[in-house]
Amino acid sequence: MSGFLSVLSREIRLSLRGGGEILTLVLFFVIVGAVVPFAVGPDKALLARIAPGIVWIAAFLAMLLGLEKLFGPDRADGTLALYRLADIPLSAVVAAKVMAHWLTAALPLILASPALALLLAMDGETFWRTVLSLLLGTPALAGFGAIGAAVTVATRRGSLLAPILIAPLSVPVLIFGVGAISASGGPDQAQAAALLLAALSLMVVVLSPFAAALAIDWGED
Amino acid sequence: MTEGQVHSPLCLRTFALGVGRGDTVLARDIALSVPAGSGLLLRGPNGAGKSTLLLTLAGLLEPLEGSVVLEGHDEDFGPAFHHCGHRNAIRPRLTAVETLEFWCGINGNAAMPVAEALDRVGLGRQAKLDAAYLSAGQQRRLALARLLVSARPVWLLDEPTSALDTEGQKLLAGLIGDHLAAGGIAVIASHDAIAVGGLGVFTLEAGA
Repeated sequence: MSGFLSVLSREIRLSLRGGGEILTLVLFFVIVGAVVPFAVGPDKALLARIAPGIVWIAAFLAMLLGLEKLFGPDRADGTLALYRLADIPLSAVVAAKVMAHWLTAALPLILASPALALLLAMDGETFWRTVLSLLLGTPALAGFGAIGAAVTVATRRGSLLAPILIAPLSVPVLIFGVGAISASGGPDQAQAAALLLAALSLMVVVLSPFAAALAIDWGED
Repeated sequence: MTEGQVHSPLCLRTFALGVGRGDTVLARDIALSVPAGSGLLLRGPNGAGKSTLLLTLAGLLEPLEGSVVLEGHDEDFGPAFHHCGHRNAIRPRLTAVETLEFWCGINGNAAMPVAEALDRVGLGRQAKLDAAYLSAGQQRRLALARLLVSARPVWLLDEPTSALDTEGQKLLAGLIGDHLAAGGIAVIASHDAIAVGGLGVFTLEAGA
């Protein structure tokens, strides 16, 4: 357990001292959302209708940006090889990294989402449902991201390949994430989507450390 | 319990070991036997497979042939191998103390307080300094301190003297000497002389 906490605190320290890494992600998230009104025109009703989708796309893209620092720097400086000799399983190291990735690449986005809600003319109720849906769904994105980063860590230009690999996996998260926000199909359907989203997140967060650890072990040989 | 029994009686053996990268065999029929309290110096020209052999001993690479056995190692004690490679696994933005505390946390078996280990390798005054500001030799000393904070019976050192000054080389010899005196095992790949008494020598031929 102390090993798990060591990895977690190291990752968070590195992110916080990273010279604006977190701020960059947050700005990217807000800017992606902010350019949409310019592209689709200033129709307030239309914007409010597509706002949930825009928020989810912005969050998805911003989380992809943070992927390359997940395993890449550790492999470059030899830390990854030493993780394999550590007293805790590699999957525990990855689990700590998934959690740190969520804390440093997803939580700040959720905290910044009021800015997007304002820009996209969301009403209050939709906003709270958006926050809930992001909280439920982003852990799954973090887990999928860890798998993608682990599979491509030994590959050159892997940081470009990882998003392509995990985009298809992330489609269900986007579908149910947006489904949990928009009440178009009645409140029951939104609730069902939210529950499914939570189930998906739980499953991915539990399984992804093992899958990613396996991918790293194979890639390093 | 005397000092010599800190580790259970150990012996690192290899049987007809073949090592290499991918399908390329670099060295084969390696039969080593390194008992507790003794060290082995790996010699050989560049590209003879010294680093690959060390990685294979550590279990980071699969042997292409044969096997590596560490006899007499208690599994409950945790992992047996410390590997210290070319790369120091030191990250900018973490201080020397934080780096060592991190390694102590994930490697377990705390053997020496972090501050004491830093003093031992001569980095006591740089403890609070960002590790990226350390010179190459100091970073190597920090990597060696990692071996001190967690106790493991077998040290696998790959070119440990690189970037070290003469003081540092004496320090390294002292650390290895203490480790062997406490019943440890060390396998060292180096082109330099290591001033430790009783080191065996194993030479890898190029293109074997």
